[in-house]
Amino acid sequence: MELTNEEKQIFCEVAGTFEIPAGAYNFRVNGKSVGRSSTTNIDVRPKKDQSGLDIYIKKGTKNEQVHIPVAISATGLKEAVYNDFYIGDDAEVTIIAGCGIYNCGPSDSVHDGIHRFYVGKNAKIKYIEKHYGFGPGKGGRILNPTTEVNLSQNSEATLELEQIKGVDSTIRKTTAALENDAKLFVKERLMTHGRQTADSIYEVELNGKDSTADIASRSIAQDYSKQTFKATIIGSNKCRGHSECDAILMDQAEVHAIPALDAKTKDAELIHEAAIGKIASVELTKLMTLGLTRAEAESRIINGFLK
Amino acid sequence: MLEIRNVSLKVKGGSRTNILDHISLRIKPGTLAVITGPNGSGKSTLAEIIMGIKTPTSGKILFNESDITTQSITDRAKAGIAYSFQQPVHLRGIDVYTLLNIASGELITPETATQYLVKVGLDSSYLSREISNKLSGGELKRIEIASVLARRPTLIIFDEPEAGIDLWSINSLVKVFKKLKESGVATIIISHQEKILKLADKIIVLENGKIKQQGTPAKILPKLTGGKDGTN
Ligand SMILES: Nc1ncnc2c1ncn2[C@@H]1O[C@H](COP(=O)(O)OP(=O)(O)OP(=O)(O)O)[C@@H](O)[C@H]1O
Ligand SMILES: [Mg+2]
Repeated sequence: MELTNEEKQIFCEVAGTFEIPAGAYNFRVNGKSVGRSSTTNIDVRPKKDQSGLDIYIKKGTKNEQVHIPVAISATGLKEAVYNDFYIGDDAEVTIIAGCGIYNCGPSDSVHDGIHRFYVGKNAKIKYIEKHYGFGPGKGGRILNPTTEVNLSQNSEATLELEQIKGVDSTIRKTTAALENDAKLFVKERLMTHGRQTADSIYEVELNGKDSTADIASRSIAQDYSKQTFKATIIGSNKCRGHSECDAILMDQAEVHAIPALDAKTKDAELIHEAAIGKIASVELTKLMTLGLTRAEAESRIINGFLK
Repeated sequence: MLEIRNVSLKVKGGSRTNILDHISLRIKPGTLAVITGPNGSGKSTLAEIIMGIKTPTSGKILFNESDITTQSITDRAKAGIAYSFQQPVHLRGIDVYTLLNIASGELITPETATQYLVKVGLDSSYLSREISNKLSGGELKRIEIASVLARRPTLIIFDEPEAGIDLWSINSLVKVFKKLKESGVATIIISHQEKILKLADKIIVLENGKIKQQGTPAKILPKLTGGKDGTN
Protein backbone atom coordinates (compact mmCIF):
# COMPACT_ATOMS: atom_id res chain seq x y z
CA MET A 1 0.00 0.00 0.00
CA GLU A 2 1.28 3.45 -0.95
CA LEU A 3 0.53 5.75 1.96
CA THR A 4 1.47 9.31 2.88
CA ASN A 5 2.92 9.97 6.32
CA GLU A 6 -0.40 11.41 7.50
CA GLU A 7 -2.25 8.32 6.32
CA LYS A 8 0.27 6.09 8.09
CA GLN A 9 -0.23 8.12 11.27
CA ILE A 10 -4.00 7.66 11.01
CA PHE A 11 -3.75 3.89 10.57
CA CYS A 12 -1.34 3.66 13.50
CA GLU A 13 -3.75 5.58 15.73
CA VAL A 14 -6.95 3.80 14.74
CA ALA A 15 -5.78 0.30 13.82
CA GLY A 16 -2.44 0.05 15.61
CA THR A 17 -0.54 -0.51 12.34
CA PHE A 18 -0.12 0.69 8.76
CA GLU A 19 1.32 -2.64 7.70
CA ILE A 20 -0.76 -5.44 6.22
CA PRO A 21 -2.33 -7.16 9.23
CA ALA A 22 -2.88 -10.87 9.72
CA GLY A 23 -6.34 -12.08 8.71
CA ALA A 24 -8.95 -10.39 6.57
CA TYR A 25 -8.78 -6.65 5.94
CA ASN A 26 -9.82 -3.68 3.91
CA PHE A 27 -7.91 -0.39 4.08
CA ARG A 28 -9.84 2.58 2.75
CA VAL A 29 -8.15 5.86 1.83
CA ASN A 30 -10.01 8.90 0.46
CA GLY A 31 -13.01 6.88 -0.62
CA LYS A 32 -11.15 4.00 -2.28
CA SER A 33 -9.95 0.60 -1.14
CA VAL A 34 -6.14 0.51 -1.20
CA GLY A 35 -5.83 -3.06 -0.03
CA ARG A 36 -8.26 -5.87 0.60
CA SER A 37 -7.99 -9.51 1.49
CA SER A 38 -10.31 -12.32 2.53
CA THR A 39 -9.46 -15.53 4.35
CA THR A 40 -10.95 -19.01 4.20
CA ASN A 41 -13.42 -18.09 6.93
CA ILE A 42 -13.90 -14.40 6.38
CA ASP A 43 -15.13 -13.02 3.08
CA VAL A 44 -14.74 -9.28 2.54
CA ARG A 45 -16.77 -8.12 -0.47
CA PRO A 46 -17.32 -4.61 -1.80
CA LYS A 47 -21.00 -3.68 -2.08
CA LYS A 48 -22.35 -3.38 -5.61
CA ASP A 49 -25.04 -0.74 -5.14
CA GLN A 50 -23.44 1.56 -2.58
CA SER A 51 -20.16 2.40 -0.96
CA GLY A 52 -19.04 -0.12 1.64
CA LEU A 53 -18.51 -3.78 2.35
CA ASP A 54 -20.39 -6.98 3.04
CA ILE A 55 -18.40 -9.11 5.42
CA TYR A 56 -19.33 -12.75 5.88
CA ILE A 57 -17.89 -14.67 8.77
CA LYS A 58 -18.35 -18.41 8.54
CA LYS A 59 -20.05 -20.44 11.22
CA GLY A 60 -17.69 -21.58 13.94
CA THR A 61 -14.77 -19.31 12.94
CA LYS A 62 -12.48 -18.91 15.98
CA ASN A 63 -9.84 -16.37 16.98
CA GLU A 64 -9.81 -14.42 13.74
CA GLN A 65 -9.54 -10.69 13.13
CA VAL A 66 -10.84 -8.29 10.53
CA HIS A 67 -9.25 -4.87 10.07
CA ILE A 68 -11.27 -2.26 8.20
CA PRO A 69 -9.72 1.13 9.00
CA VAL A 70 -10.51 4.30 7.08
CA ALA A 71 -8.30 7.30 6.41
CA ILE A 72 -9.26 10.63 4.90
CA SER A 73 -6.44 12.99 4.02
CA ALA A 74 -8.21 15.07 1.35
CA THR A 75 -9.89 18.27 2.46
CA GLY A 76 -13.59 18.61 1.61
CA LEU A 77 -14.19 14.88 1.12
CA LYS A 78 -17.62 13.77 2.27
CA GLU A 79 -18.57 10.11 2.29
CA ALA A 80 -21.11 7.70 3.69
CA VAL A 81 -19.95 4.10 3.99
CA TYR A 82 -22.19 1.13 4.69
CA ASN A 83 -20.56 -1.95 6.15
CA ASP A 84 -22.64 -5.02 6.96
CA PHE A 85 -21.33 -7.91 9.01
CA TYR A 86 -22.92 -11.34 8.87
CA ILE A 87 -21.50 -13.40 11.70
CA GLY A 88 -22.25 -17.12 11.56
CA ASP A 89 -23.39 -19.16 14.56
CA ASP A 90 -20.72 -19.99 17.16
CA ALA A 91 -18.11 -17.74 15.52
CA GLU A 92 -15.70 -15.66 17.62
CA VAL A 93 -14.09 -12.66 15.93
CA THR A 94 -12.51 -9.32 16.63
CA ILE A 95 -13.29 -6.48 14.27
CA ILE A 96 -10.98 -3.47 14.25
CA ALA A 97 -12.58 -0.49 12.56
CA GLY A 98 -11.98 3.19 13.12
CA CYS A 99 -11.47 6.30 11.09
CA GLY A 100 -9.08 9.19 11.07
CA ILE A 101 -9.23 12.48 9.23
CA TYR A 102 -6.27 14.67 8.34
CA ASN A 103 -7.53 18.00 7.15
CA CYS A 104 -5.06 20.58 5.85
CA GLY A 105 -7.55 22.65 3.85
CA PRO A 106 -10.49 25.01 4.24
CA SER A 107 -13.42 22.61 3.66
CA ASP A 108 -15.05 20.16 6.02
CA SER A 109 -14.21 16.48 5.64
CA VAL A 110 -16.95 14.12 6.72
CA HIS A 111 -17.13 10.38 7.21
CA ASP A 112 -20.46 8.78 8.05
CA GLY A 113 -19.84 5.13 8.85
CA ILE A 114 -22.89 2.92 9.10
CA HIS A 115 -22.09 -0.46 10.55
CA ARG A 116 -24.68 -3.19 10.88
CA PHE A 117 -24.02 -6.45 12.67
CA TYR A 118 -26.08 -9.61 12.39
CA VAL A 119 -24.64 -11.83 15.09
CA GLY A 120 -25.59 -15.51 14.87
CA LYS A 121 -26.52 -17.82 17.71
CA ASN A 122 -23.83 -18.32 20.40
CA ALA A 123 -21.43 -16.12 18.41
CA LYS A 124 -19.15 -13.63 20.11
CA ILE A 125 -17.79 -10.45 18.61
CA LYS A 126 -15.50 -7.74 19.82
CA TYR A 127 -15.74 -4.52 17.88
CA ILE A 128 -13.04 -1.88 18.37
CA GLU A 129 -13.60 1.55 16.86
CA LYS A 130 -11.25 4.47 17.31
CA HIS A 131 -11.80 7.93 15.93
CA TYR A 132 -9.11 10.50 15.50
CA GLY A 133 -8.45 13.78 13.73
CA PHE A 134 -5.59 16.18 13.14
CA GLY A 135 -4.22 18.65 10.63
CA PRO A 136 -3.70 22.40 10.33
CA GLY A 137 -6.64 23.18 8.03
CA LYS A 138 -9.62 25.33 8.98
CA GLY A 139 -11.97 22.68 7.58
CA GLY A 140 -13.86 20.57 10.09
CA ARG A 141 -13.06 16.94 10.87
CA ILE A 142 -16.45 15.35 11.23
CA LEU A 143 -17.24 11.73 12.04
CA ASN A 144 -20.72 10.32 12.44
CA PRO A 145 -20.74 6.63 13.25
CA THR A 146 -23.95 4.64 13.33
CA THR A 147 -23.70 1.17 14.80
CA GLU A 148 -26.56 -1.26 14.70
CA VAL A 149 -26.18 -4.57 16.51
CA ASN A 150 -28.61 -7.45 16.15
CA LEU A 151 -27.87 -10.17 18.65
CA SER A 152 -29.37 -13.64 18.21
CA GLN A 153 -29.93 -16.07 20.99
CA ASN A 154 -27.03 -16.44 23.46
CA SER A 155 -24.70 -14.29 21.37
CA GLU A 156 -22.43 -11.63 22.77
CA ALA A 157 -21.07 -8.30 21.53
CA THR A 158 -18.43 -6.14 23.18
CA LEU A 159 -18.08 -2.68 21.68
CA GLU A 160 -15.07 -0.54 22.50
CA LEU A 161 -15.69 2.91 21.12
CA GLU A 162 -13.10 5.59 21.50
CA GLN A 163 -12.72 9.16 20.34
CA ILE A 164 -9.68 10.71 21.90
CA LYS A 165 -8.54 13.62 19.85
CA GLY A 166 -9.16 16.05 17.09
CA VAL A 167 -12.72 15.26 16.01
CA ASP A 168 -14.58 18.56 15.69
CA SER A 169 -18.07 17.26 15.54
CA THR A 170 -19.59 13.86 16.02
CA ILE A 171 -23.00 12.31 16.31
CA ARG A 172 -22.64 8.73 17.46
CA LYS A 173 -25.68 6.50 17.27
CA THR A 174 -25.62 3.01 18.63
CA THR A 175 -28.67 0.77 18.57
CA ALA A 176 -28.97 -2.82 19.63
CA ALA A 177 -31.69 -5.46 19.74
CA LEU A 178 -31.14 -8.53 21.89
CA GLU A 179 -32.80 -11.93 21.78
CA ASN A 180 -32.89 -14.53 24.57
CA ASP A 181 -29.70 -14.76 26.67
CA ALA A 182 -27.84 -12.30 24.44
CA LYS A 183 -25.31 -9.95 26.01
CA LEU A 184 -24.12 -6.50 25.06
CA PHE A 185 -21.17 -4.67 26.64
CA VAL A 186 -20.24 -1.18 25.59
CA LYS A 187 -17.19 0.72 26.73
CA GLU A 188 -17.11 4.25 25.37
CA ARG A 189 -14.31 6.78 25.84
CA LEU A 190 -14.71 10.34 24.64
CA MET A 191 -12.60 13.42 24.89
CA THR A 192 -13.51 16.78 23.45
CA HIS A 193 -11.61 20.05 23.47
CA GLY A 194 -11.65 23.45 21.79
CA ARG A 195 -15.15 24.11 20.50
CA GLN A 196 -15.87 20.49 19.61
CA THR A 197 -19.27 18.90 20.02
CA ALA A 198 -20.07 15.26 20.60
CA ASP A 199 -23.45 13.58 20.88
CA SER A 200 -23.59 9.97 21.87
CA ILE A 201 -26.96 8.31 21.60
CA TYR A 202 -27.80 4.76 22.57
CA GLU A 203 -30.97 2.84 22.13
CA VAL A 204 -30.93 -0.72 23.38
CA GLU A 205 -33.89 -3.07 23.20
CA LEU A 206 -33.77 -5.99 25.57
CA ASN A 207 -36.37 -8.14 23.87
CA GLY A 208 -35.17 -11.60 24.85
CA LYS A 209 -35.55 -13.38 28.14
CA ASP A 210 -32.42 -13.04 30.30
CA SER A 211 -30.76 -10.65 27.88
CA THR A 212 -28.31 -8.18 29.46
CA ALA A 213 -26.78 -4.87 28.46
CA ASP A 214 -24.06 -2.88 30.16
CA ILE A 215 -23.13 0.52 28.74
CA ALA A 216 -20.23 2.34 30.39
CA SER A 217 -19.33 5.74 29.03
CA ARG A 218 -16.48 7.85 30.33
CA SER A 219 -15.73 11.24 28.95
CA ILE A 220 -13.70 14.36 29.46
CA ALA A 221 -14.89 17.71 28.19
CA GLN A 222 -12.30 20.48 28.02
CA ASP A 223 -12.21 24.13 26.94
CA TYR A 224 -15.54 25.21 25.39
CA SER A 225 -16.59 21.79 24.14
CA LYS A 226 -20.08 20.36 24.55
CA GLN A 227 -21.18 16.76 24.97
CA THR A 228 -24.54 15.05 25.15
CA PHE A 229 -24.98 11.51 26.32
CA LYS A 230 -28.38 9.94 25.84
CA ALA A 231 -28.96 6.32 26.68
CA THR A 232 -32.30 4.61 26.36
CA ILE A 233 -32.73 1.05 27.52
CA ILE A 234 -35.99 -0.67 26.79
CA GLY A 235 -36.75 -3.84 28.71
CA SER A 236 -39.64 -5.85 27.37
CA ASN A 237 -38.81 -9.18 28.99
CA LYS A 238 -37.06 -10.54 32.03
CA CYS A 239 -33.72 -8.78 31.51
CA ARG A 240 -31.00 -6.64 33.06
CA GLY A 241 -29.81 -3.32 31.74
CA HIS A 242 -27.26 -0.92 33.15
CA SER A 243 -25.95 2.32 31.77
CA GLU A 244 -23.38 4.56 33.32
CA CYS A 245 -22.11 7.96 32.29
CA ASP A 246 -19.11 9.32 34.13
CA ALA A 247 -17.81 12.66 32.93
CA ILE A 248 -15.04 15.02 33.96
CA LEU A 249 -15.74 18.65 33.20
CA MET A 250 -12.96 21.17 32.75
CA ASP A 251 -12.71 24.84 31.83
CA GLN A 252 -15.97 26.14 30.28
CA ALA A 253 -17.16 22.82 28.90
CA GLU A 254 -20.68 21.42 29.19
CA VAL A 255 -21.97 17.88 29.49
CA HIS A 256 -25.62 16.86 29.30
CA ALA A 257 -26.61 13.36 30.36
CA ILE A 258 -30.11 12.20 29.52
CA PRO A 259 -30.91 8.75 30.80
CA ALA A 260 -34.07 6.96 29.80
CA LEU A 261 -35.20 3.63 31.13
CA ASP A 262 -38.27 2.05 29.68
CA ALA A 263 -39.41 -1.05 31.54
CA LYS A 264 -42.34 -2.75 29.90
CA THR A 265 -42.56 -5.58 32.42
CA LYS A 266 -41.91 -5.85 36.14
CA ASP A 267 -39.19 -8.44 35.44
CA ALA A 268 -37.02 -5.89 33.71
CA GLU A 269 -34.23 -4.62 35.97
CA LEU A 270 -32.87 -1.39 34.62
CA ILE A 271 -30.34 0.95 36.23
CA HIS A 272 -28.82 4.21 35.13
CA GLU A 273 -26.00 6.05 36.84
CA ALA A 274 -24.57 9.40 35.87
CA ALA A 275 -21.85 11.40 37.54
CA ILE A 276 -20.59 14.67 36.09
CA GLY A 277 -18.12 16.94 37.78
CA LYS A 278 -14.71 18.49 37.77
CA ILE A 279 -11.64 16.61 38.93
CA ALA A 280 -12.04 16.56 42.70
CA SER A 281 -9.41 18.71 44.39
CA VAL A 282 -8.74 15.90 46.90
CA GLU A 283 -7.72 13.67 43.99
CA LEU A 284 -5.12 16.24 42.94
CA THR A 285 -4.01 16.84 46.53
CA LYS A 286 -3.50 13.13 47.13
CA LEU A 287 -1.33 12.78 44.03
CA MET A 288 0.67 15.88 44.96
CA THR A 289 1.44 14.34 48.36
CA LEU A 290 2.97 11.51 46.34
CA GLY A 291 5.34 13.97 44.68
CA LEU A 292 3.51 14.96 41.49
CA THR A 293 3.05 18.59 40.49
CA ARG A 294 -0.54 19.79 40.02
CA ALA A 295 -0.20 19.57 36.23
CA GLU A 296 1.26 16.07 36.41
CA ALA A 297 -1.52 15.00 38.76
CA GLU A 298 -4.15 16.38 36.39
CA SER A 299 -2.78 14.58 33.35
CA ARG A 300 -2.46 11.32 35.32
CA ILE A 301 -6.13 11.48 36.21
CA ILE A 302 -7.20 12.36 32.67
CA ASN A 303 -5.13 9.59 31.08
CA GLY A 304 -6.19 7.02 33.62
CA PHE A 305 -9.81 7.98 33.32
CA LEU A 306 -9.89 7.39 29.56
CA LYS A 307 -8.01 4.09 29.65
CA MET B 1 14.16 16.96 61.82
CA LEU B 2 10.62 18.41 62.18
CA GLU B 3 10.01 21.50 64.22
CA ILE B 4 6.66 23.20 64.60
CA ARG B 5 7.00 26.70 66.04
CA ASN B 6 3.98 28.46 67.47
CA VAL B 7 1.62 27.37 64.72
CA SER B 8 -1.94 28.71 64.77
CA LEU B 9 -4.80 28.41 62.35
CA LYS B 10 -7.68 30.80 62.68
CA VAL B 11 -10.83 30.70 60.58
CA LYS B 12 -13.70 33.15 60.28
CA GLY B 13 -17.10 32.04 61.52
CA GLY B 14 -17.91 28.52 62.66
CA SER B 15 -18.31 27.43 66.25
CA ARG B 16 -14.60 27.73 66.97
CA THR B 17 -12.29 30.20 65.30
CA ASN B 18 -8.98 28.93 66.74
CA ILE B 19 -8.66 25.59 64.97
CA LEU B 20 -5.04 25.37 66.12
CA ASP B 21 -3.74 27.58 68.90
CA HIS B 22 0.00 28.12 69.31
CA ILE B 23 1.23 24.59 68.73
CA SER B 24 4.96 23.88 69.20
CA LEU B 25 6.46 20.45 68.70
CA ARG B 26 9.74 18.72 67.78
CA ILE B 27 10.14 15.26 66.29
CA LYS B 28 13.56 13.63 65.82
CA PRO B 29 14.53 10.82 63.43
CA GLY B 30 13.58 7.43 64.84
CA THR B 31 10.97 8.96 67.12
CA LEU B 32 7.43 7.69 67.16
CA ALA B 33 4.95 10.29 68.35
CA VAL B 34 1.26 9.60 68.76
CA ILE B 35 -1.22 12.47 68.65
CA THR B 36 -4.55 11.79 70.26
CA GLY B 37 -7.53 13.81 71.45
CA PRO B 38 -11.26 14.17 70.90
CA ASN B 39 -12.97 14.57 67.52
CA GLY B 40 -12.52 18.03 66.15
CA SER B 41 -9.54 18.84 68.36
CA GLY B 42 -7.39 19.71 65.31
CA LYS B 43 -5.31 16.56 64.80
CA SER B 44 -5.89 16.18 61.06
CA THR B 45 -5.53 19.91 60.57
CA LEU B 46 -2.08 19.81 62.16
CA ALA B 47 -1.08 16.93 59.86
CA GLU B 48 -2.37 18.84 56.82
CA ILE B 49 -0.36 21.88 57.85
CA ILE B 50 2.81 19.78 58.07
CA MET B 51 2.12 18.31 54.60
CA GLY B 52 1.31 21.75 53.13
CA ILE B 53 -2.34 21.01 52.37
CA LYS B 54 -3.35 23.83 54.72
CA THR B 55 -1.44 26.99 55.50
CA PRO B 56 -1.18 28.25 59.07
CA THR B 57 -2.22 31.82 59.85
CA SER B 58 0.90 32.23 61.96
CA GLY B 59 3.93 30.25 63.07
CA LYS B 60 6.62 28.31 61.26
CA ILE B 61 7.32 24.77 60.12
CA LEU B 62 10.94 23.67 59.83
CA PHE B 63 12.09 20.45 58.23
CA ASN B 64 15.74 19.45 58.39
CA GLU B 65 16.54 22.96 59.63
CA SER B 66 14.98 24.76 56.68
CA ASP B 67 11.78 26.79 56.79
CA ILE B 68 9.13 25.03 54.70
CA THR B 69 6.12 27.06 55.86
CA THR B 70 5.41 28.34 52.36
CA GLN B 71 6.62 25.31 50.40
CA SER B 72 4.20 23.45 48.10
CA ILE B 73 2.82 20.00 48.85
CA THR B 74 4.87 18.58 45.97
CA ASP B 75 8.15 20.03 47.24
CA ARG B 76 7.51 18.74 50.75
CA ALA B 77 6.72 15.30 49.37
CA LYS B 78 9.97 15.38 47.39
CA ALA B 79 11.85 16.46 50.52
CA GLY B 80 10.72 13.27 52.27
CA ILE B 81 7.44 14.04 54.03
CA ALA B 82 4.50 11.68 53.54
CA TYR B 83 0.93 11.75 54.83
CA SER B 84 -1.56 8.92 54.93
CA PHE B 85 -5.02 10.51 54.72
CA GLN B 86 -7.70 9.90 57.34
CA GLN B 87 -10.26 9.58 54.54
CA PRO B 88 -8.78 7.65 51.60
CA VAL B 89 -9.37 9.37 48.27
CA HIS B 90 -11.01 7.69 45.26
CA LEU B 91 -8.76 8.01 42.21
CA ARG B 92 -10.93 7.12 39.23
CA GLY B 93 -8.98 5.50 36.44
CA ILE B 94 -5.90 4.80 38.56
CA ASP B 95 -5.21 1.24 39.61
CA VAL B 96 -3.27 0.14 42.67
CA TYR B 97 -0.14 -0.77 40.70
CA THR B 98 -0.08 2.64 39.01
CA LEU B 99 -0.59 4.37 42.36
CA LEU B 100 2.33 2.49 43.91
CA ASN B 101 4.48 3.39 40.91
CA ILE B 102 3.60 7.06 41.27
CA ALA B 103 4.30 6.85 45.00
CA SER B 104 7.68 5.19 44.45
CA GLY B 105 8.70 7.93 42.04
CA GLU B 106 10.13 5.30 39.69
CA LEU B 107 9.06 2.21 37.80
CA ILE B 108 8.72 -0.70 40.18
CA THR B 109 8.02 -4.34 39.37
CA PRO B 110 4.72 -5.95 40.35
CA GLU B 111 6.71 -7.99 42.89
CA THR B 112 8.04 -4.87 44.61
CA ALA B 113 4.57 -3.30 44.55
CA THR B 114 3.16 -6.46 46.10
CA GLN B 115 5.63 -6.18 48.99
CA TYR B 116 3.99 -2.90 50.01
CA LEU B 117 0.55 -4.49 49.80
CA VAL B 118 1.61 -7.45 51.93
CA LYS B 119 2.69 -5.03 54.67
CA VAL B 120 -0.91 -3.86 54.96
CA GLY B 121 -2.39 -7.35 54.73
CA LEU B 122 -3.31 -7.32 51.01
CA ASP B 123 -1.93 -9.35 48.10
CA SER B 124 -1.05 -9.08 44.41
CA SER B 125 -4.67 -9.62 43.35
CA TYR B 126 -5.24 -5.94 44.23
CA LEU B 127 -2.66 -4.57 41.77
CA SER B 128 -5.12 -4.22 38.91
CA ARG B 129 -8.00 -2.89 41.00
CA GLU B 130 -9.11 0.67 40.38
CA ILE B 131 -9.06 2.97 43.40
CA SER B 132 -12.78 3.55 43.35
CA ASN B 133 -15.88 2.82 45.34
CA LYS B 134 -15.68 -0.76 44.10
CA LEU B 135 -13.15 -1.33 46.90
CA SER B 136 -14.35 -1.54 50.51
CA GLY B 137 -13.53 1.17 53.03
CA GLY B 138 -10.99 -1.02 54.80
CA GLU B 139 -9.33 -1.99 51.52
CA LEU B 140 -9.05 1.66 50.46
CA LYS B 141 -7.54 2.54 53.83
CA ARG B 142 -4.90 -0.19 53.52
CA ILE B 143 -4.01 0.90 50.00
CA GLU B 144 -3.72 4.47 51.29
CA ILE B 145 -1.23 3.28 53.90
CA ALA B 146 0.67 1.20 51.32
CA SER B 147 0.98 4.27 49.09
CA VAL B 148 2.86 6.25 51.75
CA LEU B 149 5.09 3.29 52.64
CA ALA B 150 6.07 3.11 48.96
CA ARG B 151 7.43 6.65 49.19
CA ARG B 152 10.11 5.56 51.65
CA PRO B 153 9.89 8.94 53.40
CA THR B 154 11.94 10.23 56.31
CA LEU B 155 8.94 11.78 58.04
CA ILE B 156 5.64 9.95 57.86
CA ILE B 157 2.26 10.89 59.29
CA PHE B 158 -0.52 8.34 59.62
CA ASP B 159 -3.98 9.75 60.26
CA GLU B 160 -6.00 7.18 62.20
CA PRO B 161 -4.49 4.15 60.46
CA GLU B 162 -6.68 1.85 62.55
CA ALA B 163 -9.95 3.24 61.16
CA GLY B 164 -11.88 0.53 59.34
CA ILE B 165 -9.09 -2.01 59.82
CA ASP B 166 -9.68 -5.30 61.59
CA LEU B 167 -7.73 -6.34 64.67
CA TRP B 168 -5.55 -8.90 62.90
CA SER B 169 -4.34 -6.25 60.47
CA ILE B 170 -3.76 -3.73 63.26
CA ASN B 171 -1.28 -6.18 64.74
CA SER B 172 0.59 -6.35 61.47
CA LEU B 173 0.46 -2.54 61.18
CA VAL B 174 2.04 -2.30 64.62
CA LYS B 175 4.95 -4.32 63.23
CA VAL B 176 5.23 -1.90 60.32
CA PHE B 177 5.36 1.07 62.70
CA LYS B 178 8.07 -0.59 64.81
CA LYS B 179 10.17 -1.26 61.70
CA LEU B 180 9.85 2.36 60.56
CA LYS B 181 11.06 3.54 63.92
CA GLU B 182 13.98 1.09 63.89
CA SER B 183 15.05 2.32 60.48
CA GLY B 184 15.22 5.88 61.76
CA VAL B 185 12.05 7.29 60.20
CA ALA B 186 10.33 10.03 62.19
CA THR B 187 6.76 8.80 62.62
CA ILE B 188 3.66 10.66 63.73
CA ILE B 189 0.54 8.60 64.22
CA ILE B 190 -2.83 10.16 64.91
CA SER B 191 -4.69 7.49 66.81
CA HIS B 192 -7.15 6.52 69.50
CA GLN B 193 -6.05 2.89 69.55
CA GLU B 194 -4.39 1.66 72.73
CA LYS B 195 -2.05 -0.76 70.93
CA ILE B 196 -0.67 2.17 68.96
CA LEU B 197 -0.57 4.58 71.91
CA LYS B 198 1.62 2.06 73.75
CA LEU B 199 4.22 2.16 70.95
CA ALA B 200 4.80 5.86 71.40
CA ASP B 201 7.98 7.50 72.57
CA LYS B 202 5.79 10.49 73.19
CA ILE B 203 2.02 10.97 73.36
CA ILE B 204 0.60 14.39 72.55
CA VAL B 205 -2.95 15.14 73.62
CA LEU B 206 -4.73 17.82 71.62
CA GLU B 207 -7.90 19.49 72.83
CA ASN B 208 -9.61 22.48 71.27
CA GLY B 209 -6.60 23.16 69.09
CA LYS B 210 -4.17 23.24 72.02
CA ILE B 211 -1.65 20.76 73.34
CA LYS B 212 -3.28 19.75 76.61
CA GLN B 213 -0.53 17.41 77.76
CA GLN B 214 2.40 15.44 76.43
CA GLY B 215 4.74 12.77 77.73
CA THR B 216 5.57 9.07 77.72
CA PRO B 217 2.81 6.43 77.58
CA ALA B 218 3.58 5.58 81.22
CA LYS B 219 2.76 9.14 82.17
CA ILE B 220 -0.13 9.85 79.80
CA LEU B 221 -1.99 6.56 79.36
CA PRO B 222 -3.31 6.27 82.93
CA LYS B 223 -4.86 9.72 82.59
CA LEU B 224 -6.54 8.82 79.28
CA THR B 225 -8.14 5.52 80.26
CA GLY B 226 -11.47 6.14 81.87
CA GLY B 227 -11.53 9.65 80.39
CA LYS B 228 -13.29 10.52 77.14
CA ASP B 229 -10.06 10.24 75.13
CA GLY B 230 -8.31 7.04 74.31
CA THR B 231 -11.40 4.90 74.56
CA ASN B 232 -12.00 3.09 71.33
N1 LIG C 1 -12.06 25.33 56.66
C1 LIG C 1 -12.59 25.21 57.90
N2 LIG C 1 -13.44 26.17 58.36
C2 LIG C 1 -13.98 26.06 59.60
N3 LIG C 1 -13.72 25.06 60.41
C3 LIG C 1 -12.89 24.09 60.02
C4 LIG C 1 -12.28 24.10 58.75
N4 LIG C 1 -11.52 23.01 58.61
C5 LIG C 1 -11.64 22.33 59.78
N5 LIG C 1 -12.45 22.97 60.62
C6 LIG C 1 -12.78 22.58 62.00
O1 LIG C 1 -11.56 22.39 62.66
C7 LIG C 1 -11.72 21.49 63.71
C8 LIG C 1 -10.60 20.48 63.68
O2 LIG C 1 -10.81 19.55 62.62
P1 LIG C 1 -9.85 18.30 62.41
O3 LIG C 1 -10.33 17.58 61.23
O4 LIG C 1 -8.46 18.75 62.44
O5 LIG C 1 -10.18 17.45 63.74
P2 LIG C 1 -9.63 16.03 64.17
O6 LIG C 1 -9.00 16.21 65.49
O7 LIG C 1 -8.82 15.43 63.12
O8 LIG C 1 -11.00 15.24 64.36
P3 LIG C 1 -11.36 13.68 64.11
O9 LIG C 1 -10.92 12.94 65.33
O10 LIG C 1 -12.83 13.68 63.98
O11 LIG C 1 -10.66 13.26 62.87
C9 LIG C 1 -13.12 20.89 63.57
O12 LIG C 1 -13.97 21.50 64.52
C10 LIG C 1 -13.50 21.29 62.16
O13 LIG C 1 -14.89 21.45 62.07
MG1 LIG D 1 -9.04 13.83 61.88
